[in-house]
Amino acid sequence: MATSSRLDAKIPQGSLESKWSKYRSSVPLVNPANKRNLEIIVVGTGLAGASAAATLAELGYKVKAFCFQDSPRRAHSIAAQGGINAAKNYQNDGDSVYRLFYDTIKGGDYRAREANVHRLAEVSGNIIDQCVAAGVPFAREYGGLLSNRSFGGTQVQRTFYAAGQTGQQLLLGAYSGLQRQVGMGTIKMYNRHEMLDIVNIDGKCRGIIARNLITGELERHGGHAVLLCTGGYGNVFYLSTNAMGSNVTAAWKAHKRGAFFGNPCFTQIHPTCIPVSGEHQSKLTLMSESLRNDGRIWVPKKQNDNRPGNEIPEAERDYYLERRYPAFGNLVPRDIASRAAKERCDAGYGVGTSKLAVYLDFAAAVERYGRGEASKNNIHNASDVDIITWGKAVVKEKYGNLFDMYKQITGEDPYEVPMRIYPAVHYTMGGLWVDYNLMTTVPGLYSLGEANFSDHGANRLGASALMQGLADGYFVIPYTIGAYLASEIRTGKISTDHEAFVKAETEVRERIETLLRIQGKTSPELFHRRLGKIMWDKCGMARNAEGLKEAIQEIRQLRKDFWSDVKVMGNATYFNPELDKANRVADFIELGELMCLDALDRNESCGGHFREEYQTEEGEALRDDENYMYVSAWEHKGPEDWELHKEELVYENIKIAQRSYK
Amino acid sequence: MPHLKVESDIKNIGMEGNMSLSLKVWRQSDKDAAGGFEDYKLAHVSPDMSFLEMFDVLNEQLIEEGKEPVSFDHDCREGICGACSMYINGRPHGPLRGVTTCQLHMRSFKDGDTIVVEPWRASAFPVIKDLVVDRDAFDRVISAGGFVSVNTGNAQDANSLPIAKESADDAFAAAACIGCGACVAACKNASAMLFVSAKISQLALLPQGQAERSIRAEKMVAQMDAEGFGACTNTGACSAECPKEISLENIARLNREYIGAKFSSSAV
Repeated sequence: MATSSRLDAKIPQGSLESKWSKYRSSVPLVNPANKRNLEIIVVGTGLAGASAAATLAELGYKVKAFCFQDSPRRAHSIAAQGGINAAKNYQNDGDSVYRLFYDTIKGGDYRAREANVHRLAEVSGNIIDQCVAAGVPFAREYGGLLSNRSFGGTQVQRTFYAAGQTGQQLLLGAYSGLQRQVGMGTIKMYNRHEMLDIVNIDGKCRGIIARNLITGELERHGGHAVLLCTGGYGNVFYLSTNAMGSNVTAAWKAHKRGAFFGNPCFTQIHPTCIPVSGEHQSKLTLMSESLRNDGRIWVPKKQNDNRPGNEIPEAERDYYLERRYPAFGNLVPRDIASRAAKERCDAGYGVGTSKLAVYLDFAAAVERYGRGEASKNNIHNASDVDIITWGKAVVKEKYGNLFDMYKQITGEDPYEVPMRIYPAVHYTMGGLWVDYNLMTTVPGLYSLGEANFSDHGANRLGASALMQGLADGYFVIPYTIGAYLASEIRTGKISTDHEAFVKAETEVRERIETLLRIQGKTSPELFHRRLGKIMWDKCGMARNAEGLKEAIQEIRQLRKDFWSDVKVMGNATYFNPELDKANRVADFIELGELMCLDALDRNESCGGHFREEYQTEEGEALRDDENYMYVSAWEHKGPEDWELHKEELVYENIKIAQRSYK
Repeated sequence: MPHLKVESDIKNIGMEGNMSLSLKVWRQSDKDAAGGFEDYKLAHVSPDMSFLEMFDVLNEQLIEEGKEPVSFDHDCREGICGACSMYINGRPHGPLRGVTTCQLHMRSFKDGDTIVVEPWRASAFPVIKDLVVDRDAFDRVISAGGFVSVNTGNAQDANSLPIAKESADDAFAAAACIGCGACVAACKNASAMLFVSAKISQLALLPQGQAERSIRAEKMVAQMDAEGFGACTNTGACSAECPKEISLENIARLNREYIGAKFSSSAV
């Protein structure tokens, strides 16, 4: 297989260890006087967007930042719970840049680029330094130094955290840097603005069309470069752990204007989420992977066992992860843990009323911690009751906020009964295809963070999303953007009177008018649910060719129904969330078709992409390196029409192997 | 997922429970319009629904009737983004302590209840539409000084600056503020002292925040006043209603920081 001539990843020459440092020292620079005249548009203010906007403004560029929320601080990075990885080796347990690199490539089932992932591991330590300097209150030990814990798919402790609110603390750190620049006048911030198109002039991205969500007005914004830091598209499944507003619209508009979409079918289903309680459910809530440090996952050994979890004796429990994967046990990567839970539930061993749940049990941890406390306090004849009480106190200190959230949502007390959990859509590894500079196939258009496809292959390891978002924003784009902007210093200010702006704005306006004119019978919400059902049933945790072909037909029909029967209330001249939702759902429907197409093309199983036809005798994912060791990059050719381009993945530093956590 | 099972189930959204509710909801078409309460009846509410899911059902019902749905801010629905902001039966985020509107579930209400829902009320938070208010004032207060002035790339090794666990824990407790504005809505003076003090405390408790400690307190307080937030009269409603239970100690610390700054500087 050879890489398509349309794709140039621009990976620097040299040894893996030296690529980034050499490249960084040789990227063209833009002098301070010229930076002041170059405008950069940043769409999205999560970890990637906020850190990029702040850093580029510090460097002297003129920055405009956009978010659809009422404040940049509300971007969905805020909800990340467990932590952020960095190869600091503070625990002296054998960690290194190479190990983080290796774990990430292996965790991604050998479908990520070596050079990008190595760079990510190299800058991981700088991220922690930067965040601490900015006042992020990470958890610390009594000696005053930073604390670490374990996450899935690794055997070292390299995860930095702030209770179960790491994303919040990191985002507020990046947000404070962004607001500092807003105060200094180097960033102009546009809250409650949604990007509805990009504008290309003579083959280069020159700006965006944004809609003021309060007034409904369409605005043209010109820039010498546009950065899409707009997050993932997990909400294509309707139910996911994403925020209600998380959407694919910005990335999708870019795709339709020439940006190739990479690996769209690579979706992460997170193993530990609170199960669905009924049809009213609007979103799903994650229970952090950090819980798998102490919780043990099990189901009854007997099918359709209706006894409450507490009443099932030890001998009648199947700790299936510990049984199947003794080396990693409950800390296997997410794709593997999710599939194992589905396998047990499908076989009739599920628990709870829906039978679509497994137990996450802290009883053993409570007892272990309780005995530890007794021993610390020199109490040798402690009663069982005391031990349990002390143990619960320790568990509360570690995971209190998560236990409270579980209780609030389910009405059950996880200190007394085992949690019920089930996998749910959480993250999308796929996204806009980018080169080593994070530039898409449209010159001047970049994509950072979850919105791009770059670093996680077919499965992301826990605590690596925060790492990638901040790496891209703080430490990669500020260097790599110079390679492009150095040639833009003679361009001058971008005029938004250009016919390309007029045309893009007209198209956006016509689409909004069409949506409002249809006045059918079905709300955008119901179309979204229908799409979610198709995607979950046929392009979810397990896929097969027949189902995917059906899904494509069903989605095409759904698209027709949407454009003839959607009912959007109100109009476009004031705050109207129904209209915003209709716009987003229309794009999700198109994306859904592409995801199924990609899943159908990839005749192998890898990471989160599990094609039922391709599995080992033990039910593990069966890769086909001979034929599918590539990044799929889809070019949009027209409605329901795409062309596949392939970027061959070359592994020069890692020995490819069947992924094993046994 | 367990998802949505069949098409017929879609019609059953909001038809699974047995609670009936009367809602009095504030409707206001824009910031200049005179608003008013509208009455709605909702049947078949499930106790397992969140408060916002109950509003989703109400909105689907309104669309069905050809009426405009109620606008409200919401995003993560996990109690962390700070977007949701309903004033429920006279209390920000409703009856439970330490819980945001999105994490409030209908099991906290009874069949037959009347529930009154309003937006945050504060002149610094103008209404945009219905239950949606403009909280940009908070962003401007942060821009005035809620940061450490450290450009990317200037940091030393993270462990070269040990911080006592107690200080780090206290700083974290203050930093847990989600910026929802419930403190302002709860306060009879619409004061933003709890919000401002949480950020000032976080940075005053950490060594990284020392260099700008005085100027930060002065500038943030000046901006808070300029935004039109009221004065603090130590009533404590802010902390009692805060969904993250941010402590009143932070306000005491802000007062110390501010007075200290005023004695030592004349910057603002």
